[in-house]
Formats: sequence, structure tokens, C-alpha cells
Amino acid sequence: MIPHLRALSAILLREALRFVTQRERFLAALVRPLVWLVVFAAGFRAALGLSITAPYQTYITYEVYIVPGLVAMILLFNAMQSALSLVYDREMGSMRLLLTAPLPRWWLLFCKLLAGVLVSILQAYAFLAIAYLYGIRLPPMGYLWVLPALLVAGLMLGAVGLFLASTIRQLENFAGVMNFVIFPVFFLSTALYPLWRMAESSRLLRDICAWNPFSHAVELIRFALYMRFNLEAFGWVALTFAVFLALALWGFDPARGIMTRKTR
Amino acid sequence: MAALDVADLSFRYGKKEALKGVSFAVQPGEFCALLGPNGAGKSTLFALLTRLFVAREGRIAVMGQDLQAKPRAALAQMGVVFQQMTLDLDLSVARNLAYFGALHGLSRREAALRAVEVLERLDMLERAGEKARDLNGGHRRRLEIARALMHRPRLLLLDEPTVGLDARARVAITAHVHALAREDGLAVLWATHLVDEVAPDDTVLILHRGEILQSGRAGEIAQENGLAAHFLALTEDAVI
Repeated sequence: MIPHLRALSAILLREALRFVTQRERFLAALVRPLVWLVVFAAGFRAALGLSITAPYQTYITYEVYIVPGLVAMILLFNAMQSALSLVYDREMGSMRLLLTAPLPRWWLLFCKLLAGVLVSILQAYAFLAIAYLYGIRLPPMGYLWVLPALLVAGLMLGAVGLFLASTIRQLENFAGVMNFVIFPVFFLSTALYPLWRMAESSRLLRDICAWNPFSHAVELIRFALYMRFNLEAFGWVALTFAVFLALALWGFDPARGIMTRKTR
Repeated sequence: MAALDVADLSFRYGKKEALKGVSFAVQPGEFCALLGPNGAGKSTLFALLTRLFVAREGRIAVMGQDLQAKPRAALAQMGVVFQQMTLDLDLSVARNLAYFGALHGLSRREAALRAVEVLERLDMLERAGEKARDLNGGHRRRLEIARALMHRPRLLLLDEPTVGLDARARVAITAHVHALAREDGLAVLWATHLVDEVAPDDTVLILHRGEILQSGRAGEIAQENGLAAHFLALTEDAVI
């Protein structure tokens, strides 16, 4: 087991060091949710009244409502960005090097996934800290409770990204991923509006939102921020993680030959 | 025992045959140059040798360990330098080596000792603290070779390692790797399309359209016109 753990700590350390040296990437990832929080939420605050729904026990402002969704957005963007860097070969070389290590491939891919998630979690906490300064105060213990939720949600989104990277031969560019993955996943979820609001305009949209695993990731985070455990959301997130991880491992399986398309 | 034993290896991308019944062996201490024009199948062969994907036909063994049946034992004996640069440019030379050492199960202390050893072997010990980004192309390549030696493999695979380097760096790297085979008894498989990187005593495999057309000692294969002319004549119908 020692070689496994040595590899894990090396992969985590590498990702952490890369993160520290790439400050621009860090700032860029923070600006996006902050713009949503400060600009978008301010505009919607007046337009959108929210009733009291779990886990909230009182009326909340719209800014407070979208914070968990924006935290999940950070995880989503990071997962897709790492997937793209694999698709575009920027990371494929180092991935090939990683896969020549004498360890089981599933373990190496899991370590890689976990390293990406830890970087996302650091960014999520940085965002929560700025939101706090902006005036969005959550229960103090909520900041601790949310950690496992971020980990599970991040792993799920990372597994989806890894699966996309292993199977999609090429995506036109980041705009392609934005249009076909990030936007539908983000907008058709509970990140920006609660389900009952969605139901008022369309039943079908509401159902899609309710099925979207990203909604469950958002709700898992939302409940955790208020020190509540949402079992249903956790179950869906864990299931989605398991399914996509299995698909990603299948995609990177040397015998399947999907990787052959990447080297041509 | 051969360090690398490839037997009847075939591979196809859909209908296109990329490798057809390729067989060869590389012995410890042997520098084997795999010569082939672009599109000959060198990259496919390297992808199979490094287990990026596996062939349905044929067998690959590294120091007697079957790559299919015992992938980890086989990979542990193998050092690889990919055609594409795979360094972390923002990290120091020492950090790059430490990362790779840990992937191969070395403790931090062992990895630090080995890093000194391999950097010394490649004449770049004084650069251990530099960022990889600050190294020139030749030194980056040398660092990748040093890194591939961290776990003391018995077989070194290099896929066109001199691509994009100037003449001086190419000569230095070719000399370094020849010395590794000669002095340390390492088996080397060096893929290239540049004939001048091959020494008369090296073994040459000429790969063309997925088949090994010829193999033998470079000096003997070269005949009177020289290796370059012979290689060009053999692979005349290559896509240019």
C-alpha cells in the first residue's frame, strides 16, 4: 500500500504546486462566480421573491440563495477545464507519463481526480471568504460541514469530466463545452432558482432540473452549509460519481482502444 | 534474457493496419535505433510498448515480464521519454524528479539521492534548483532522460527525443544515451527518422508501413552508399 500512498501524495503535491504557481488561473476562476454574485444576483433580487424552503428557516435574499449554486459552479468549471486540458493534449503528455507508473490504472486516475477536486475546494473556500466579506454570512459550522459535500460533489463532476476527456475525440473549443455541457447543466439545475419557481413556468423544465445530478450536487452543498445532511442528494451524487468513474475507467482501459483515437 | 522482446505484434486502427507482425528483441547494453519515415508506425509501437493501449495480436515482454499479464512488473523495468515534452515547467528540476520518483514508489529520501545520481549522470547536477522553464530545449530533454532513469530501469524507450533541438544539443543527447547503453548496460530503443543519430555499432530496425523491412548492425546494413542512402532507397514510397 505504501507505493500507492506515495503516488497519491506526489500527485496531490504536484497539483497544489501548480496551483500556487498559476495565480492567474486562480483569480480567473474566482472572478466568474463573484460577477454572478455581485451583478446578476443584485438584479434578480428585486425580480425574484423567495419563500421559505428547506434548509432555510427564514426569508433569505437572492444572493444568499445562489451562493451554493455558485460554489458548485466553481467545481463544475474546474472539472470541465481539466477535462479540456486532457482533450487538447496539454495534459495528455503528463497523463501518459502518469499511466506508465507501475500502479493500477484506476488508482492513478482516482489520484488525478482527487488532486483536481482539492484545488477546486481551495477555490470554493476563497469564494466563500469573499462572499463573507461581501456580507453573506452562513452559520460558522456550515463552513466545516460543507467540506465533505464539496469533496463528493467535486468528485462527481471530476468523474464526468474525466469520462468526457476519455471518450470525446475533440470538442471544437471551450465554447463547445460551454454550450453543450456547462450551460445546460448549470441553468437546468437548482443553482439559480428553486424547483417550485421553475414549476411555475414549466413542468417539463422542473422535471429536468429535478433529474439533473448537478441539482443534487447543489442541494447537497446548500444543505451542508446549514449543517444538514440531504440523504437523497447524497445518494444521487454518489451514484452519478460511481457511474461516471466506471465509464471513465472504461474509457482509459488500454484494452478498449478508445485511447487509440487520441494518438492518431 | 532480452530486455525487450516483441513477438508478432500487429495493430489496426479500424481497417487500417498500423503494425503487421512486428518482431524484434533488444538485449541489455544494446542501442537499438528504430528508423522509420513519418507514418511508419513508430508512435503506434511506442503506445503499445508503454501500454497506452494493448494489441490483440502479439506479445511484448520486458525483462521476461509479459506486459499484458504483468503490466506493473513490466512497467517498473521501463524508462520512457515521450516525443512530446512532459515536464512541469513551473516546477524545479528537483521537484520534477521527486514527483516521478514517488510515482515509482521511491521514498522522499531515496528520490533525493537518486535525483543527484541521475543528474550527475547527465551532467546537469548544478541545475537541480532551476525551474524547468528556464532550461533550454536540450537540457529539458536531458532532464527527461534523467527522470526516466530515476527508478533504475533496465530498458529505456525514447520516441524521437531530438525533435526540435539544435545540432549541438542533438549530438550531446545522442552521445549521452549511447554512453548509458555502453557503460551502464541499459537496453535502449531509440525511435528516429534521422540517420545521423545512429552509430556504426548500433542495431538498426527499419520500420516502414508497419513492417520491419530490415534489421542488423548499422555498419553492415549501410553498405557502400551509407545508411542514409540505403534507408531512403528502402522507404522510397513513403508519403512525403
